[in-house]
Amino acid sequence: MIKADALTKRYGPKTAVEGLTFTVRPGIVTGFLGPNGAGKSTTMRMILGLDHPTSGTVTVNGRRYADHPAPLHEVGALLEAKAVHTGRSAYNHLLSMAATTGIRARRVREVIEMVGLDEVARKRVGGFSLGMGQRLGLATALLGDPATLVLDEPVNGLDPEGVLWIRTLLKSLAAEGRTVFLSSHLMSEMALTAEHLIVVGRGRLIADTSVADFIHNAAPNQVRVRTPDADRLRALLFGPEVRVTGRERDVLEVTGVSSDDIGRLASAHGITLFELVPQQASLEEAFMESTRDAVEYRVAEGAPGPARTAAAARHRDGEVA
Amino acid sequence: MSAGIVTTGAGPGFVSRAAGHGRVTFVRVLNAEWIKLRSLRSTFWVLVAAVFLVIALGLLVCVGTVDRWPNTSAAEKARLSPPNASLTGLYLAQQAIGVLGVLVVSGEYATGSIRATMAAVPHRLPVLWAKSVVFGAVTFVLMLGTCLVAFLSGQAVLAKEHIDVSLSDPGVPRVVVGVAVYLAVTGILAIGIGAIVRNAAGGIAIVFGLLLVLPEVVRALPSDWQDRITKYLPSEAGQALTRWHPEEGALSPGAGITVFVLYAAATLAVAAVLLRRRDA
Repeated sequence: MIKADALTKRYGPKTAVEGLTFTVRPGIVTGFLGPNGAGKSTTMRMILGLDHPTSGTVTVNGRRYADHPAPLHEVGALLEAKAVHTGRSAYNHLLSMAATTGIRARRVREVIEMVGLDEVARKRVGGFSLGMGQRLGLATALLGDPATLVLDEPVNGLDPEGVLWIRTLLKSLAAEGRTVFLSSHLMSEMALTAEHLIVVGRGRLIADTSVADFIHNAAPNQVRVRTPDADRLRALLFGPEVRVTGRERDVLEVTGVSSDDIGRLASAHGITLFELVPQQASLEEAFMESTRDAVEYRVAEGAPGPARTAAAARHRDGEVA
Repeated sequence: MSAGIVTTGAGPGFVSRAAGHGRVTFVRVLNAEWIKLRSLRSTFWVLVAAVFLVIALGLLVCVGTVDRWPNTSAAEKARLSPPNASLTGLYLAQQAIGVLGVLVVSGEYATGSIRATMAAVPHRLPVLWAKSVVFGAVTFVLMLGTCLVAFLSGQAVLAKEHIDVSLSDPGVPRVVVGVAVYLAVTGILAIGIGAIVRNAAGGIAIVFGLLLVLPEVVRALPSDWQDRITKYLPSEAGQALTRWHPEEGALSPGAGITVFVLYAAATLAVAAVLLRRRDA
């Protein structure tokens, strides 16, 4: 259980994190999302007592990190790939970490095996690939068999097999009753791994919600309709929430109406449908949408209001990219 | 309380079993720092080089002294300190130890491993004390052995002209042990500087400036200033312990090493305050 209360961090005039309040619960994987510079890493460093909050507090299992007599048993952290002296072997790095808390060498060998580094454990970390560095970081995090895991971009640099492995591992760790808190830029990965999301933008909390709700709220579901009578159907679809777009001649992209209702409407008016496909917005679209709002509010006051739908977000992506 | 750690430690539904229930203690942090020190190849080789250079330079100076002895003036003969001649390597060793001391800390900042270290020991100060104790002790033990070898082999060379001294002569043990003490304190001073500056290039520059450049700068000052300042410089004060014939106007061996230790202590104190206050 991680609890942040009005957590704020300023570096000189720059505010990295502002008034962040959230709770990360045990038993599930919680994702930490936000664009670059949103304050994710700073928040994670404050959880681990590496950076001192300017104001506010953050506790792990009811205590400040530094107040735990054996922090490695409380929180396992992967903060950046290879926070390890490049001249030391993976085994010696883990052994020295373990020594601080009286963890035995047997446990060191155990975590090395767990992350699949057996063959290179005696080699110097300087020669490790990014993926091997991540595995070592994870081994460091697991060393104290902690109840809470804080992982900054753990899948960064892993191959597809490694990504699948870490996803399965994190889910099983959470299923054991542990608190798992991870940040990632890989949205599709987050959608598969996390159940709950904490989303930040510009150091402020944007959302603290389940993945499903986040996607639904930020980007309403869309229905793709292909019909030879596109113009007739478009004229029939109206309402306060309804929005119809379409880039191809025979295709309508409809939000605010369910596919069932569109089907009934078409049937009642004798309109032929070739396709009627409900499309769930992706987490990526939802993320872009909600963080863009936060960024826009702060960057350009008085600029045109932010778009509300995923379709619009997609549209703009096309223009920007 | 000790029973509480197991349960308060785990979140609801999870109790850690695989890694034991130990807590952070100073002895364990010492052990961790010892593992770190001995698991870097660069540290090992710099120390090997320091041992070799101290013995080799002592021998070289003794051979030269013996070679020139028949042509040496009486005044110079009177100034010769046989134990110090065989321990001339002190000046090379202090540079190697000074660089290593800075690197023991700055290497952690350069590679980012300091975050792992601070996450394991969030009170931070035990890490600084442990680094100082471990590096100081390793330097002292290693350099004491090295100085003994350098002294004995150097005196064996000087024996050719019967100008050698023995370990049982008055003041000689103080010189041999004193060099090892001086180097150990130099190492601790360098750790303090490394922890303040957190950067290898800057830290090494400051250590060299303090030990090598500062005495030269003072030498350029008017002579009555020199007399007042020189003896309190870190290197001059510390080396008072290592000189068989006390230099004129210098501090006594005991006072000198005390001043040098105070420099190291003050540096560590500043490092400690900054370590607690700064973000890692």
